[in-house]
Amino acid sequence: MHENRVSRLGTALVAAALAASLGAPLLAPHRADQRFAGLLNAPPTRPRLVDADGSVHAPFIYGWRLSNRLEQRYEEDRSRRIPLEWWTGGAVVRSSDETSAPLLLLGADSFGRDVFSRLIFGGRTSLALAAVAALSAVILGGLLGGIAGYLGGTVDEGLMRATDFIMVLPATYVALALRAVLPLVLPAGVVFALLASIFALLGAPFIARGVRAIVRSERRLDYASAAQALGASDVRLLLLHLLPATRGFIAVELTMLVPAFIVAEATLSYVGLGFPDPVASWGTMLHDAANVSVFADFPWLLSPAAAMFLVVLGLNLLLQGPSFSRHVRLPM
Amino acid sequence: MTRYLARRLAFAAFLVFAVSSASLILTRLGEGDYVSGSLGIEARRETAAQARARYGLDKSIGEQYRTWLGRAVRFDFGNSLLYDRPVRDLVPERAANTAILAASALAIATLVGLPLGVVAGSRRGVVSGAIRSTSIVVLSLPPLLTSLVLVFVAARTGWFPIAGIRSAAVAPGGETLDFLHHLILPACALALPLAAVFERLQAQSMGEVIGEPFVLAALARGVTRRRIVWRDALKPALRPVTAIYGLVIGTLLSGSFAVEVTTSWPGLGNLMLDALRARDVYLVAGCAGAGAVFLACGTLVSDVALAMVDPRARE
Repeated sequence: MHENRVSRLGTALVAAALAASLGAPLLAPHRADQRFAGLLNAPPTRPRLVDADGSVHAPFIYGWRLSNRLEQRYEEDRSRRIPLEWWTGGAVVRSSDETSAPLLLLGADSFGRDVFSRLIFGGRTSLALAAVAALSAVILGGLLGGIAGYLGGTVDEGLMRATDFIMVLPATYVALALRAVLPLVLPAGVVFALLASIFALLGAPFIARGVRAIVRSERRLDYASAAQALGASDVRLLLLHLLPATRGFIAVELTMLVPAFIVAEATLSYVGLGFPDPVASWGTMLHDAANVSVFADFPWLLSPAAAMFLVVLGLNLLLQGPSFSRHVRLPM
Repeated sequence: MTRYLARRLAFAAFLVFAVSSASLILTRLGEGDYVSGSLGIEARRETAAQARARYGLDKSIGEQYRTWLGRAVRFDFGNSLLYDRPVRDLVPERAANTAILAASALAIATLVGLPLGVVAGSRRGVVSGAIRSTSIVVLSLPPLLTSLVLVFVAARTGWFPIAGIRSAAVAPGGETLDFLHHLILPACALALPLAAVFERLQAQSMGEVIGEPFVLAALARGVTRRRIVWRDALKPALRPVTAIYGLVIGTLLSGSFAVEVTTSWPGLGNLMLDALRARDVYLVAGCAGAGAVFLACGTLVSDVALAMVDPRARE
């Protein structure tokens, strides 16, 4: 019962992140690269129902007035209520006075861009990259592991030695070195493909080892011999009969690889070797916030870290229950 | 045992050789080199050519690699182009900082994670549940996030220095304290997720061992619960954690990279990043080699430890 509730919380967190990313164009009040020059590092605007005199209104916000340009401090402009508008301009909700008092649910960054909009657009980049990389790792690792487990012998030995070697290496450094070989500034699409293939290469050994073990033991079972006796070819036996037995293992591995890849993207982008600047991803957002004196004064700039934590927590909770401890893996 | 050791040693040597060679060749294969970065595109062709000749960058990859390898076997790893100092002097200095950071993190993680795991695995109830939930939350915080959060807290409260390894002005005799003061934040950031991993593994393994007949037999003979948990059951339950100690080195290196960058800890990670950005080939190879030495030592120690705990592992 308890474990059930915990894994439901995990599902809810992951589903929320997916929904926010998929619905980003609708949910985001602004474009990811839209700048408000007068609102650099402005704090979040809080949606309110009750105004300064205590009377109740439809949801509204107060705009920000710059009180100290040097320290970038703002105070609320209480003289004017700005009602929220629903379903206008292609967004679910936005302020009725977008130019002077935009709706900034999570404040603005040092370029005056809306952190909330960037967060959900960035979630698209980060989550899509992690998902594509994890799926590629599963395909690559599943095939290699399947072949190694099915054929045995020298192929098996060689492939397992190679996976041993890759698994020992610290993943961050390998990704860093491989990424650094290529020009620092690349189009976002190329970076996406590049990072996805690097991550897939680093994740595949974990899949390959498990798949190999399962295929090896399944091969000896009666149903495999039966299929072979009925004349199934090697490829058919492996793809249609043996690999489906690894489903459970692969599902668990996916929920471990995705968080690792989300963090890997964030780390690479954080040091400036991930996505190029205008692209919103959770890593590039942290990169913009990287200056300590900046994020100590403007804590909302750390919201991508919070988002990352919630998604990773959600995926970890999905694995809750008796299976959890058995699948503990070292963080990458 | 001797044959087993020899095989593991050979693997360790291969690891160091392969990693440093690969990083040298990879960096060289990349677009642009140190000279194009440092002199800029405005530089006169002759100046650039001269600089390349001085650094040995005008030779083909194969030739450069052979020269480097020939010197490397005599422990001469070339000069860092970026810092204009021998790699042999520069890398150990930074590697020591990383080693201190990683070792303290490992110590903290073990001291915190193992006892909590024993407690959580040997009983049921609120305490065990609380430890377990905390672990799962902390497991979702990789070093990049823990260090950002701790730096944020430190910047807000002023309890700890937020960056670097020592203060500009220190009272004489206070150097060690000052160093420890700087070490606490990055070490904790690196240790937290690892402590959670240790706790989960140890709790799981403890739970399994507690269910074995010998525990019941000991209880029946009147051995106290505390004695069974902390002495008799603990030893066999240590196996899973011992088994991952070797892999932990890789995790620590990966994690310390993120922590070093966020807290400006002058370690191997920051040096490697600088070297990669500047395409300082010899320094990249030196850093990668040093990292590989760490890894090789880690796997060796854990292999030997495992072979001692569990004879079956010597196969």
